[in-house]
Amino acid sequence: MNISYRWLTELVPGLTVSPEELAERLALLGFPVEEAFSFTQGLGDLIVARVVEAGPHPNADRLTLCRVDAASGEELQVVCGAPNVRTGGVYPFIPVGGVLPDGMKIRKAKIRGEHSNGMLCSPREIGLGTDHSGLLELTGDYEPGTSFVTALGLDDTRMDVEVTANRGDLLSHVGLARELMAGDGGVELPPIPGAPEVDVRLVSDPERVQVDGIVVRTEAPGLSRRFLGAVVRGVRVGPSPDWLQMRLRAVGLRPINNVVDATNYVLAELGQPLHAYDLQRLEGPEVVVRRARQGEPVETLDGEDRKLDESMLVISDAAKTVNVAGIMGDETSSVTTDTVDVFLECAHFEPASVRATKKALGIPSDAAYRFERFVDPGGQERALRRCLEIILSTAGGTLHPQVADVHPRPWKPASVKLRLGRVEHLLGIPFEASAVQDLLIPLGFRCTSDPVGTMEVEVPSWRGADVTREVDLIEEVARRHGFHRFPEDLKPFRPGTVPDHPLFILEDRLRDHLCAAGFFEAQTPAFVPAPEGEVRLLNPLSQEEPVLRRELVPSLLRRLEYNLARGNRDVRLFELATSFHRRPVDDAPAFEEPRVAVVATGRRAPAHWSRGEEALDIWDLKGLLESVVELTWGGPAQVRPGEVEGFPGVPGATLQVVSGEDRVLGGGGVVSPGALDVPPWAGQVLALELTLPSDPRMDSTVVARALPSFPAVERDLAVVVPVETAAAAVEAVARDAAGDDLESIQIFDVYEGEGLPVGTRSLAFRFRFRSPERTLTDDEVDRATRRITNRLGEELGVHVRGA
Amino acid sequence: MTDVNPLVAELRSLEAEALAELERADDALALDGVRIRYLGRKEGRISLVLRKLGQMDPALRPAVGAEANRVKEALQSALEGRTAALEAGAGTGSTTDLTLPGRRQWVGGRHPVTRVMDEIFRIFGDLGFTRARGPEAETEWYNFEALNTPLDHPAADEQDTLYLQGGGLLRSHTSPVQVRTLQAFEPPIRILAPGWVYRRDTYDATHTPAFLQVEGLVVDEGISFVDFKATLAEFARRLWGPGTTVRFRPSFFPFTEPSAEVDVKRVITLPDGSTHETDWLEIMGAGMVDPNVLDAAGVDPERYTGFAFGMGPGRIAMLKYGVTDLRTFFENDIRFLRQFSEDSP
Repeated sequence: MNISYRWLTELVPGLTVSPEELAERLALLGFPVEEAFSFTQGLGDLIVARVVEAGPHPNADRLTLCRVDAASGEELQVVCGAPNVRTGGVYPFIPVGGVLPDGMKIRKAKIRGEHSNGMLCSPREIGLGTDHSGLLELTGDYEPGTSFVTALGLDDTRMDVEVTANRGDLLSHVGLARELMAGDGGVELPPIPGAPEVDVRLVSDPERVQVDGIVVRTEAPGLSRRFLGAVVRGVRVGPSPDWLQMRLRAVGLRPINNVVDATNYVLAELGQPLHAYDLQRLEGPEVVVRRARQGEPVETLDGEDRKLDESMLVISDAAKTVNVAGIMGDETSSVTTDTVDVFLECAHFEPASVRATKKALGIPSDAAYRFERFVDPGGQERALRRCLEIILSTAGGTLHPQVADVHPRPWKPASVKLRLGRVEHLLGIPFEASAVQDLLIPLGFRCTSDPVGTMEVEVPSWRGADVTREVDLIEEVARRHGFHRFPEDLKPFRPGTVPDHPLFILEDRLRDHLCAAGFFEAQTPAFVPAPEGEVRLLNPLSQEEPVLRRELVPSLLRRLEYNLARGNRDVRLFELATSFHRRPVDDAPAFEEPRVAVVATGRRAPAHWSRGEEALDIWDLKGLLESVVELTWGGPAQVRPGEVEGFPGVPGATLQVVSGEDRVLGGGGVVSPGALDVPPWAGQVLALELTLPSDPRMDSTVVARALPSFPAVERDLAVVVPVETAAAAVEAVARDAAGDDLESIQIFDVYEGEGLPVGTRSLAFRFRFRSPERTLTDDEVDRATRRITNRLGEELGVHVRGA
Repeated sequence: MTDVNPLVAELRSLEAEALAELERADDALALDGVRIRYLGRKEGRISLVLRKLGQMDPALRPAVGAEANRVKEALQSALEGRTAALEAGAGTGSTTDLTLPGRRQWVGGRHPVTRVMDEIFRIFGDLGFTRARGPEAETEWYNFEALNTPLDHPAADEQDTLYLQGGGLLRSHTSPVQVRTLQAFEPPIRILAPGWVYRRDTYDATHTPAFLQVEGLVVDEGISFVDFKATLAEFARRLWGPGTTVRFRPSFFPFTEPSAEVDVKRVITLPDGSTHETDWLEIMGAGMVDPNVLDAAGVDPERYTGFAFGMGPGRIAMLKYGVTDLRTFFENDIRFLRQFSEDSP
């Protein structure tokens, strides 16, 4: 929310702080200043000037040739392009040699053949808003040549204060002033220049009131707590006086006319939105607070045609909706320069209703922002009187002495119990009753205490929404005491009952393992193109990525492509993340799996002068996959050739991982070039993806085995098999035949080619035998080897080379 | 001159043969072949000669035995010498140019944001915290209602939420893990809840729609605002280093009361050795657990109190490592990641 430094400090008697100090104080109270803008910055060269005569430019229709009095001794000729420049007008002016806030230096110029000595300025050019449709016309009686900043009291700083969502009461200068004050929560408003006494009487009724011939009634008491309506007839709508315009500009609002400006002034001062209607355009005349009819149309002030529904609260006249309550008025009934009679609304609408309507219609407005954050339910009368003061002083007119007050649900102040013992329990240090009172009373709370350490605290109406419980008061005590004044003594603590989740431990180990193997951890967002997922977002950020990923590999492959496109040839990435599936279990919205994925391409090892460069291949991938499976699932899970659903592999070059129960847990292999967009020089790309156990057992205790005390004996066998015969099949038969003393089998050579029949290959196995009980004899080992050769012959029809 | 014993002569000629072979052997395998051929216990040629000793005149045996030992020792030492020479010259000729680069292996590394998270875990681990986890696709109840955030309150807007078709949403913070933990375990609770969270933010230098968060929760009897401040200030000083100033500033979160923003001011040592104090940096949102949250999770708020906090390790990584754009962490450019490899400091 934008505030004016001067406006705020003027409301707090005795407060003398610089804008920087003010920002610091607000921050420590919980309302940091996001941004501060000093108006005087760069405005030093600006002066007030009067146009003595504005005449046509001889060579350009759209330009005006002005004679300007800038108190420089002689009148200056200035060429001006603004449509609103007129003889006698007073405007901000930069003489030749001066500098604009954006750093532009004004030079003597010749525009379409005429000399121009300086520049008359629009609000935007001098940083006072976004308006660039014409010059900023000043209405006061200023001496040409005076400094613009001094003349307009612009020695001000606009601050954007971040007010938290619970503190609707702070969305005004008075609200913030209260936080900065000592006393009892009362903030006195400065007098409005030239304002008459506002002499009105409220005519109150829960449902229906008639004043000055206008019926004001409610059909929706649940959504509108209070609705005040005043009538001012015979106003002169026109530009506001400079003091009012400058106040609005100081908080970033654009002046419109004196009536609308008055409502905006009160909004910024007191936080109460008001709405002014052109009374002559209200049919009846009648003002009805009711729910909209289904499908009812309205054209709001922003020029949009909108359709309403029955959940929305509106203000209507006898015929039609003229205002979406608390959000935005309509085009036809708004106050214009033709308006003579004004009906002024000041109401309290239900926050949730305004919020729902604002969201449904998508209209953000200053009024809605306040209403949804709770407007002071006790503040309508004061705000209405304040607004009337300004209208009467700036637009004149006659105020009808009666004000309609449709008030179905008067606000009852809440009383909250506060135990001093609880204050100490929660805050960790004791507070005396008197200390608590001293902290709360300046905020408008009223406290009565009893001897047993309990206090009854009456909550001021403007805090009605956020202070309803004891803990809300304790927060106020802590905040007003100052967070920085609490000690920071670290005390002993009891250990918690929650074990470190084992999946985190497993993930840590996987990271260690993969980093040691040369892989870098990547992080990618879970949003992917539609074909890559099945869990869809209702409100995706972009239509290109409307689903959550079912696999991690595609996201990682995009990162690999990104790297290759930047000339990174050796890319090894892994990621630990969640995959999302449309298999709802219990009440969960989606089924999630923790996973690990790896992609790799490039060389197997860094270049070295002693060796050639070898590319990573499927065997590197298979080895990595096996080690990852051992780390995550252990023994029962197996890696075997096979396809994996969703894995973009080259047929015949993929492996699958199956659990002990034959469930596919993942897999990997060579990525199909068709699934990749990589430069022509790129080599083979490998990838794997594996589901992790969601609740892994990390308590596996290793039991050390005694080292063998007898020697091992090795025997090598080369087996010639048809190329179709899987090595694993040969190994399985050999293992089965070898007997109990087999310690290990290793394939140490695979050969195909010269010397072997076409369609066959040789697999060289090294068998290692060892008995835990004795040294094996040659004879025993030879017998075991013969068993292997025989069984291989019988079962696979293979022939053992050189045996 | 006595005749040279024929066995001694045989030994001497074997010695000469073996030495010649050693000279020709130019790798370890060949050397080992020579060793086995001549010095092998069973089939070695010298052993074979010695086996003939049995048929000899016992008087001559000592001389042959002595000669056999001398030859063995000579060959042994020649073998060792040759092995050492070969090792020293391994493939480079006779001298080794040790200025050539050594042979290294690839070493990978954790993602910089993981590094920061690990550091957070380590510090809070010292302070007795363990890690808890929960689903990323959540229900409105766990993400909002159980956390004292009614959906019709503007506070729900501040985390513009991503909803799933068919019901549910992507958690906008890891706070649902706090509720799930409170439901499943008895106090004392001292947990961290790290994980991915999602908000409907478009990508820019400081926002991404998915980001990692670490939240923490302490619930026990007698936990006060003083414990809250002490624990988080201790953490902040350990994370940001000595000289760090910590500031607690009032704020608002629906699930904590009182609520605070935690800011730090760091002292940075510049390369020239001078020090420089940073501006206040916002690093954490935190507060005392709102009684409504305890209530919703079935914990008696009169008996138990606690505090909770949340931070973005991505933002901390930006500050710590001098990264100016959050999106850099999602690019995963190897040249960037390599700066965080496990063999880097």
